[in-house]
Amino acid sequence: MSTQTPSKLQKIIAAGHFGVTSECGPPRSCDGSVIEEKARLIGDYVDAINVTDNQTAVVRVCSLAACIKIKQMGYEPVLQMVSRDRNRIAIQADILGAATFGINNVLCLTGDHQSFGDHPNAANVFDLDSTSLLQTVKMMRDEKKLLSGFEMKVAPEMFIGAAENPFADPFEIRVLRLAKKIEAGAEFVQTQCIYNMDKFKKWMQGVVEMGLHEKVAIFAGMTPMKSLGMAKYMKNRVPGMDVPDDVIKRLAGVPKEKQADEGIKMCIEQIQELKEVKGVRGFHIMAIEWEEKVPEIVQATGLYPRPKVD
Amino acid sequence: MIIAKPKPIEEIIEMVKDLKKVLVAGCDGCVTVCEAGGMKEAQILASALRMYFRGQGKATTVEETSLTRQCDKPYIAQLDEKIENYDAVVSLACGAGVQFLAERFKSKPIFPAVNTCFIGVTEEKGLWTERCQACGDCILATTGGICPIARCSKRMSNGPCGGSASGKCEVSKETDCGWHLIYERLKELGQLDRFAHPVNAKNWATSRDGGPRKVVKEVSQI
Repeated sequence: MSTQTPSKLQKIIAAGHFGVTSECGPPRSCDGSVIEEKARLIGDYVDAINVTDNQTAVVRVCSLAACIKIKQMGYEPVLQMVSRDRNRIAIQADILGAATFGINNVLCLTGDHQSFGDHPNAANVFDLDSTSLLQTVKMMRDEKKLLSGFEMKVAPEMFIGAAENPFADPFEIRVLRLAKKIEAGAEFVQTQCIYNMDKFKKWMQGVVEMGLHEKVAIFAGMTPMKSLGMAKYMKNRVPGMDVPDDVIKRLAGVPKEKQADEGIKMCIEQIQELKEVKGVRGFHIMAIEWEEKVPEIVQATGLYPRPKVD
Repeated sequence: MIIAKPKPIEEIIEMVKDLKKVLVAGCDGCVTVCEAGGMKEAQILASALRMYFRGQGKATTVEETSLTRQCDKPYIAQLDEKIENYDAVVSLACGAGVQFLAERFKSKPIFPAVNTCFIGVTEEKGLWTERCQACGDCILATTGGICPIARCSKRMSNGPCGGSASGKCEVSKETDCGWHLIYERLKELGQLDRFAHPVNAKNWATSRDGGPRKVVKEVSQI
């Protein structure tokens, strides 16, 4: 982590604390109060709030507008950007725009294919991919240059993040891929939701062996299961998700009305366990449409109150 | 080669239903190999149209022919003499052939009878798959001879994405993950170092994004 930015998230990590992030999926209409309400539920329990960018290729309030709203509420946003919908012109413009509002965290993603979303007939862009997007942001920040080579008077000060899925195939390249993203510019990484703890630990072992944990802050992705139905859906229908049978069995073993509690309990146990895993520097809690549970998880895992940094 | 597939007969009937004299023109090039638009398919389509017109009690005549290539002037010139005998041509060539006929025979409607799909190969009998998107700046030397632009659903330069599972693409379990294939092939070739470092943003100016393209070979123009 070389370049210092005004990002609070970066400072918390640099000070040696566990970082905590969560996310807010904007609404599918222009009701801004939805964003405010979600941000208010989690804002004091996390260091920064990711705002998803048309996640699963479904049209929603744009990430940048929602980030500005969150910033104006006094919380710190992480601008998620996918390369599916915008080319390098639009992406760089949005990064500049975000920086003018004091947004200092960006998460660079390729994005789910549009065939999963509500506009499967749309053209996709994919001018860049997540890795070349990381390179772009790094170049803008560190060289003060756009991809075109144009030199900017004021460069965007971004703490640069990437996602990584330790569970996608082929497994053997997943550490290499992280190394590549770090070389491209990633300074923090939020992982795919972890359910297969053994596989995650194996991945982390590879990360540590290559010394990558010293170059990037790894936030373990956590999504509490709301029900057995959700667990089965995640296992069978969501691309890149690894839900072991043990998780399904555990949820199936409690009455339906207790499954949500069991899901939270599992999530808390996982965080406690992952705190001991070398290289894990924080947690990214994605409580999907269940934001009100974030404070409980953060408190129960000893991650509250959040540290103050200047 | 260019891979195409026949349009539904209903769509073709809709184009020609009010005409009196129709020429169905196949192409002996790519569309013959992919069994979409050669002489055989021209004969089948012409028969189907004749049956349709007969069924409708119409006296429309439908004739068929096939040209060596509809993308070359000397071959389409073979229609110069007889084009006036027809109200329109239904072309079974790829989109290039259809347009080349339309450019030459300005007063005649030229209708497409196939949907042009992609540049690909005959993977097995009756199965054609995509291999190239004609980006204009070939990178196959660096990707183990497998093209991520044509074979990754997100045309990633630095794949695979997080949706790759068991060697298959997140978009469809029927589709191989292009980057999984690239990785395996680079491993086989002992070239995994090519996979180790980020590839910069691609220059798409040589691709469709640069506008309609042309290739000029001056020596051949003399």
